[in-house]
Amino acid sequence: MIREPLIFEISDPGKKGYSIPKLDVPADPSALEGLPLRADIPDFPQVSEVEVVRHFTRLSQQNYCVDLGLYPLGSCTMKYNPKVNDRIASFPAFADTHPLAPAGMVQGNLEILHRMEKLLSEITGFDAFTLQPSAGAQGELVGIMLVRAYHESKGIPRRYVLIPDSAHGTNPSSAHLSGYEVKEIKSNASGRIDPAVLEQAMTDEVAALMVTNPNTLGVFESDICLIAEIVHAKGGLLYMDGANMNALAGVARPGDFGVDVLHLNLHKTFSTPHGGGGPGSGPVGVKKILEPFLPVPVVAKKGEAYALDFDRPASIGRVRSFFGNYLVVLKAMAYILSLGPKGVREMAEIAVLNANYIRKGLEGVYDLQYDTASMHEVVFSDKIQKEAYGITNLDIAKRLIDHGFHPPTMSFPLIVHGALMIEPTETESRRDLDLFIEAMRTIAREAAENPAVLKEAPHHTYVRRLDETAAARNPIVAWDGRKA
Amino acid sequence: MSYIALSGQDQKEMLARVGAASVDDLFCCIPEDSRLRRDLDLPAAMTEPELLRHMETVAGRNTYGRYRSFLGGGAYHHYIPTVVDSLSARTEFVSPYTPYQPEVSQGTLQVIFEYQTLICRLTGMDIANASLYDGASAAAEAALMAQRLTHRGRILVARSLHPQYRETIRTLTKNLALAVEEVGFGDCGGLKSAELREKMGPDVCGLILQSPNMFGVVEDLAALAAIVHEHKGLMITAVAEGLSLGILEAPGKLGADIVCGEAQSFGLPTSFGGPGLGFMGCKKEFLRQLPGRICGQTKDVEGKRGFVLTLSTREQHIRREKATSNICSNQGWCALRATIYLESVGQTGLREIADQNIRKAVYAAGRLAAVPGVKLRFSGRTFNEFVLVLPKDAASAAKSLQAKGILPGLELAPFYPELPNTLLVCVTEVRTKEEIDGFAAALEEVLR
Amino acid sequence: MYPQDFKFTKDHEWVKVDGDTAVVGISDFAQKHLGDVVFVELPAVGTKLAVHQTIGTIESVKAVSEVFSPAAGEVVETNSALADAPETINQDPHGTGWILKMKLADRGGLDALMAATDYEKYLEGLEH
Repeated sequence: MIREPLIFEISDPGKKGYSIPKLDVPADPSALEGLPLRADIPDFPQVSEVEVVRHFTRLSQQNYCVDLGLYPLGSCTMKYNPKVNDRIASFPAFADTHPLAPAGMVQGNLEILHRMEKLLSEITGFDAFTLQPSAGAQGELVGIMLVRAYHESKGIPRRYVLIPDSAHGTNPSSAHLSGYEVKEIKSNASGRIDPAVLEQAMTDEVAALMVTNPNTLGVFESDICLIAEIVHAKGGLLYMDGANMNALAGVARPGDFGVDVLHLNLHKTFSTPHGGGGPGSGPVGVKKILEPFLPVPVVAKKGEAYALDFDRPASIGRVRSFFGNYLVVLKAMAYILSLGPKGVREMAEIAVLNANYIRKGLEGVYDLQYDTASMHEVVFSDKIQKEAYGITNLDIAKRLIDHGFHPPTMSFPLIVHGALMIEPTETESRRDLDLFIEAMRTIAREAAENPAVLKEAPHHTYVRRLDETAAARNPIVAWDGRKA
Repeated sequence: MSYIALSGQDQKEMLARVGAASVDDLFCCIPEDSRLRRDLDLPAAMTEPELLRHMETVAGRNTYGRYRSFLGGGAYHHYIPTVVDSLSARTEFVSPYTPYQPEVSQGTLQVIFEYQTLICRLTGMDIANASLYDGASAAAEAALMAQRLTHRGRILVARSLHPQYRETIRTLTKNLALAVEEVGFGDCGGLKSAELREKMGPDVCGLILQSPNMFGVVEDLAALAAIVHEHKGLMITAVAEGLSLGILEAPGKLGADIVCGEAQSFGLPTSFGGPGLGFMGCKKEFLRQLPGRICGQTKDVEGKRGFVLTLSTREQHIRREKATSNICSNQGWCALRATIYLESVGQTGLREIADQNIRKAVYAAGRLAAVPGVKLRFSGRTFNEFVLVLPKDAASAAKSLQAKGILPGLELAPFYPELPNTLLVCVTEVRTKEEIDGFAAALEEVLR
Repeated sequence: MYPQDFKFTKDHEWVKVDGDTAVVGISDFAQKHLGDVVFVELPAVGTKLAVHQTIGTIESVKAVSEVFSPAAGEVVETNSALADAPETINQDPHGTGWILKMKLADRGGLDALMAATDYEKYLEGLEH
């Protein structure tokens, strides 16, 4: 198969892929005087427009994407991204507005932010939202900083944050960046937090428990109300990582089951495109007690007009410039308006139905370490195939590519060895779900009959298995300047 | 509008297959008292045409587009070539996740590799990451990185660093035993080197200095870096207007150890401030302290060149609370747009555009400062922004200009009480001579 | 398989004592568990170490492991070959893949360490 060269390798002096109007102000020979000018920009390409177009079109064809088929990355919620939302976000009246414009000139934008805070509050059961965090991880950080500000306002910030062993790595990292020490809580045999274990760990030195619900096993923490009581009894706060909100929207609200602060991932639950890694958006919802600490500015409605309120003395400050990833928020709002109340609930219902349908289709074929009821995702492992044929989750994942699917999330959560975490989302058709189940069953058969075909997979991609060890031992993170 | 792909019959059969009597059964693990037993109080579902009409109405309440805008201050209006929109809209770039499975993500990965290369060459750094959220959070990450590298307890930031960058640095460092102190600016608009010399010491991680700074003034990086290096501190250069790198000397050649900033100018609309594109590059010896995703080159089993995400042991999913940062994504699609932009305009185009920015801004500064009573606040050389001092209250002058359809720039007094009656004016390649002349004429009128 | 003249820690470091100096490395079990080593972070010569103090980290592609000092003392030499060839730890963990040499401050902590046979038993226990 043809490999697309790096653009630097097809560059030639004298080629041009742009046009700009001639300078229309009078020539001023002293205009550049006194400025430290560079001689050139080494290796910057000079290519024609058609070469740029072909370069990126060819590169695009080396990507798998949601619009090609099922993309069952667990905990990533790879649902279909409606096209109309992108169209709305590209309206020049939204996209070309400047963040420092006087509030009177951007009333439409402020209205979007204000209304979106209300919509998200209703969906999750909270009193207020900030839309500033750029992604889930930044949302977590804001959430825990709010917790800290709250405890500080009561006297002392406390010392620890409790985190279950099944949690995403961003949880301990965010807690650490907020100045807390992390204590891990062991999950019980059903993959949940054990209230007795929590009771032991919960002291008045603990600032918060960070819980993901449904957790990363796709299991609902059914003791959540008791968990909240235990945490609150010691004056702690309950933080919820809302990465898996797709399983709950319209069905249950974290604000109703004792959660004090949560972050959402608009690029997961509310369908904004992942863009190959971003941009995301990680709004944070809070109960009244935490509202004074929200990042500045806050959008306020005064009469019919919207204004920005910067005068919030208890605020933790800002965690980035301007108002967050506004266009992402806009797309997510368009999505909520499309679905309406019944559609939001249906989204969660079908997400859970689809996950359980896959679970049913693969149970017995792949090992299920925790057989607790699944919500929107299910975590299998390579245990059966590994013990019998030496086939790992990596082999299964790579072989799935040959069958035309993106692999599931691998090796996470850490408490399941050789994990294959499958989240189909609600937008898959039954036909695609059946094809996926069939592919996974075929792979299980291949593991027994012809393990080599798995070990060497994938077979039909632009590149085959890549040497990640060599990449890490001798890091090459920019072009070395030699044309291949 | 619903995006569900199951028919009613499908749902019925699938429920039977999983052994559930009803959809409600699927949620049996949620205790009854935690369930929501009513419909959410949301607006009724809209069809696509209704949604578009509704959003057009809301968009219509933004009147910003009716004004000739001279706003900058960390977000810049530049021309975006059509290829950027057209290629970045390809669904193969829009709808994949982070490239965890390199064999089916070579498109995204090669783009990141090219992006990292472009950032390295622009900044004069050896290595760069796959991008961060925005310029402000990149500056905060740089502060934390400097703390990890030097194990020192103070960091200096220029008062001429974007106010929102400073605020972000303060928020993100406040629980991490890093004291943030400001260094002031002089009448040229650049950093006061004497004050830097005074505040720099063996307990200081380094200096975060923006250039061109918040006032558009290009700093004397080499001289200031030398002072920082005397105490073995790190020189961190922040660049809020990425385009300036198209013509100004690379910070890496002037003593910078880390360069971070905002690359929105490369093919991203101002977007009411987000999404933008934070970037960061550094010297290669700091590789293991660099936050964020990094793409690296390697080979596949057949010896073919390919790309992977690498050095992930720095990151939160492996090192958890000891990670270099909690960031777990990059601004992938924004980095793609910047890559398409930079590769389209290329070596010559980027310089020509940057050159036009300087010349138009110099022309505008000359015209506006010639208006009776108006002066330039700072004497230092600038890129595409400059600060005017008006003979009267800037807010009321700005209001009068807005009535004439001109948005004259940003009033600085709310951010810098020491700069009353000032306006930060930005002139990029999209403003014409006629618009600049019109601005000068209108200013003269409102000040008369 | 584990050298008889080595002593082992529960964290899988080995130490070989020769007079008042000791050589430190990680066990074969540890290197297998980590997988292909890609980077080793070593302390500066002259660093004073207490028992169980972190002396550095070893990274593979998907894991990081801290190395703890099995004894108290001062670092007198580190294995500079690991910078360019970290894979030496995989290839010869008990020999050329050594990590550092230290001058022992006191030998007190060493008695608590396991002899090779005890370590092998300890590993058997871990596998269950």
